[in-house]
Amino acid sequence: MAALIVDDVLDVTRVRADFPVYDRRREPPLVFLDSAASSHKPRAVLDAMDDYYRTTHANVHRGVYAMAEEATARFEAARAKVARFIGAASSREVLFTKNATESLNLVAHSWGRANLRRGDVVVLTEMEHHANLVPWLLLADQLDLRLRYLGITDDGLLDTSDLETALDGARLVGLTAMSNVLGTLTPVRQVADAAHAAGAVVVVDASQYVPHLVTDVAALGADFLAFTGHKMLGPTGIGVLWGREALLEAMPPFLGGGEMISDVRLDGFTCNELPWKFEAGTPPIAEAIGLGAAVGELERYGMEAVRAHEVALTSYALRTLAGRYGDELVVHGPADPCGRGGVLSFSFRGIHPHDISQVLDQAGVCVRAGHHCAKPLMRRLGVGATARASFYVYNDEADVDALADALDSCSELFCF
Amino acid sequence: MAGLEDLYREIILDHYRNPRNRGELDCPPARRAEGFNPLCGDEIVIYLDLDDDGRVADLKISGQGCSISQSSASMMSQAVKGCTVEEVRALNTAFKALMTIHESRLDGNGNEIGGETGGDGSGTDTPVPDPRVSLGDLAALQGVVKFPVRIKCATLAWNTLTQAL
Ligand SMILES: Cc1ncc(COP(=O)(O)O)c(C=O)c1O
Repeated sequence: MAALIVDDVLDVTRVRADFPVYDRRREPPLVFLDSAASSHKPRAVLDAMDDYYRTTHANVHRGVYAMAEEATARFEAARAKVARFIGAASSREVLFTKNATESLNLVAHSWGRANLRRGDVVVLTEMEHHANLVPWLLLADQLDLRLRYLGITDDGLLDTSDLETALDGARLVGLTAMSNVLGTLTPVRQVADAAHAAGAVVVVDASQYVPHLVTDVAALGADFLAFTGHKMLGPTGIGVLWGREALLEAMPPFLGGGEMISDVRLDGFTCNELPWKFEAGTPPIAEAIGLGAAVGELERYGMEAVRAHEVALTSYALRTLAGRYGDELVVHGPADPCGRGGVLSFSFRGIHPHDISQVLDQAGVCVRAGHHCAKPLMRRLGVGATARASFYVYNDEADVDALADALDSCSELFCF
Repeated sequence: MAGLEDLYREIILDHYRNPRNRGELDCPPARRAEGFNPLCGDEIVIYLDLDDDGRVADLKISGQGCSISQSSASMMSQAVKGCTVEEVRALNTAFKALMTIHESRLDGNGNEIGGETGGDGSGTDTPVPDPRVSLGDLAALQGVVKFPVRIKCATLAWNTLTQAL
C-alpha cells in the first residue's frame, strides 16, 4: 500500500493498474483528460457493486431476513464512510441523492420554499455551474426573489473585494468550492463567515472539490454541501447532500413516498428520521455501495497525496504549455497551481474548441469542448466555448506531453 | 475510426478561412433569426432579405462557431442566394438527407444494420429529397455523418434559415 505513494506523490503506474479502462489495448493509447466531466472507475468500485448484486441484493430498510439486513448494512456503511470522508458530525447529515444537481435542487426546493419570501436576496457567483444557477433562477421566478452575483477578477479569482456590501441582506449564499471551468479554488470559509454574519445560509457546490482535496465541512463553514459520485471514482446515479442537522431537521421533505415516512394515515403522514426523511423510494443501493468503495480507494491513495499529485501535474502542464505555445495558448483561470485544481480550460490560436477536441481525439487525447454548463461564465470570459483538459489520479506527465504534441496537429490543420 | 480527412475536406477549410456573405442586414426589411447549438455554445445569426418575387435577394451571416458550422453556413449562403423559398426548402431537405446517418452504410464490415437516424436528432421522418436538387459544394460536408456529434454543427445554419423563412 505504501508503494502507491512515493514522496507524497502518487505512483501513477500502480494507480492505473487499478483501472480496467487502461487494460484495453488502443491505438493510439488512451490519454484521458476529462475527469472533471466524469472520472473512470477502479476495480474496487466495480467489484463492490457487482458483489452486492451477485450475493446480497435486497431492498434496504424493509426485509427482516438476513440478506436484507446485509444489504441495509452495506448501504448504511457506505453512508458512514462518506460522512467520515467529509468530516460530517454524523451519518444523519448525509443524504443520498441522484447527483449534485438533485442535491442542489433539494436545497432550493425544500429549504428555499420553507424559508424564502418575496423580495429575499439570494447571492450566487458568476462562476457557478448551471446546477447551482438554474434551481435558484427557477425559485426566483416562483417566489419573486432577488438574485445577486459575486463577480470574478480578471485572473479568474472570486471577487471578494466588497463582500459585506455584496452579502448585505442576503438570506442564502450559493457558491462553488472549485470552478469546473477555471479550476479556481474559492475562499469558501471567508465567504461563509461573511454570509453568516449577514444572516445567510451557505450552500457549497463541492462537485469538483470533494474528488480532489481533503474535505472538512466544519472547516469550510458550509451549511449545505453538494457533490456527485461519478466525478470521484464512483458510479453515476449517486450524489450526496450534506447539511447541518438542525437545518435538515427543520426542513420539509423533498420528494414524498415510501421510506421517507414513519407513519401514513389517510389524512396525513409523519416524516421518517434523518437522513431517510429525504430519501423517498428505493434508493440507488448498488450505487451508494460503489460510492463507499470509491471513498475507500481515495482514502487508500490519501487525499493529501491526490492533491499533491494534481498540483504537481497542473504545474507541469502550465509550464509545458506556456513553454511550447507562449501567448498562443491561453489557460483561463488562476496562474498559481496551488490556488486551483487540475482543470485547464484553454483557448488556442483562435481554433474552435470543437475542432481542437476533434483533432486531439485522433491522437487518443480526450478533452472536453464546450461551455461546460457555465454559460454566464463563458460570457464573462468573452468566449463562446473552451477546450478543457482535466487531471485525476491516473494521469501523468506523459499525458500532458501527448496533449501538447497533439495541439501541433491542430495548428497544422487550422492555422494559415 | 473515420479519418480527419473525411471531415476536414479542403473546400470546408476554405469556406472556414474565407467565409462568404458574412455581415448583417438592416431589419426590417431583412428578417433575422438566431440559432444556438446548446452543446457547444455556437451561435449563428442569419439575416435574410426576400425580394418581391419571394426570392433570396441577399443573405448575411454573423455569429461564431467551429469550422463545420461556419463552413456549412458559408456554403449555404452561396447556395441559396437567388433561390425561391420553395427552392430553399428543397435544398434544406436534400442537405438534411445528406446529414442522415444510414447506419448500414456506416458499418465497416458491410453488415446490414438497417434503419436510419434523423440527422439532427429529429427522428426518422426525414422527407425524401428531390433527386434533381444539386448541393454543389455542400456535398463536401457528407463526411460529417461519420462524426455524429458534429451533425448538429453542420445543420445549425440550415435550421436557423428555416426559422427565418
Ligand atoms: C461544479 C459542478 N457542479 C455541478 C455539477 C453537476 O453534477 P451532476 O451532473 O452529476 O449533477 C458538475 C458536473 O457536471 C460540476 O462540475
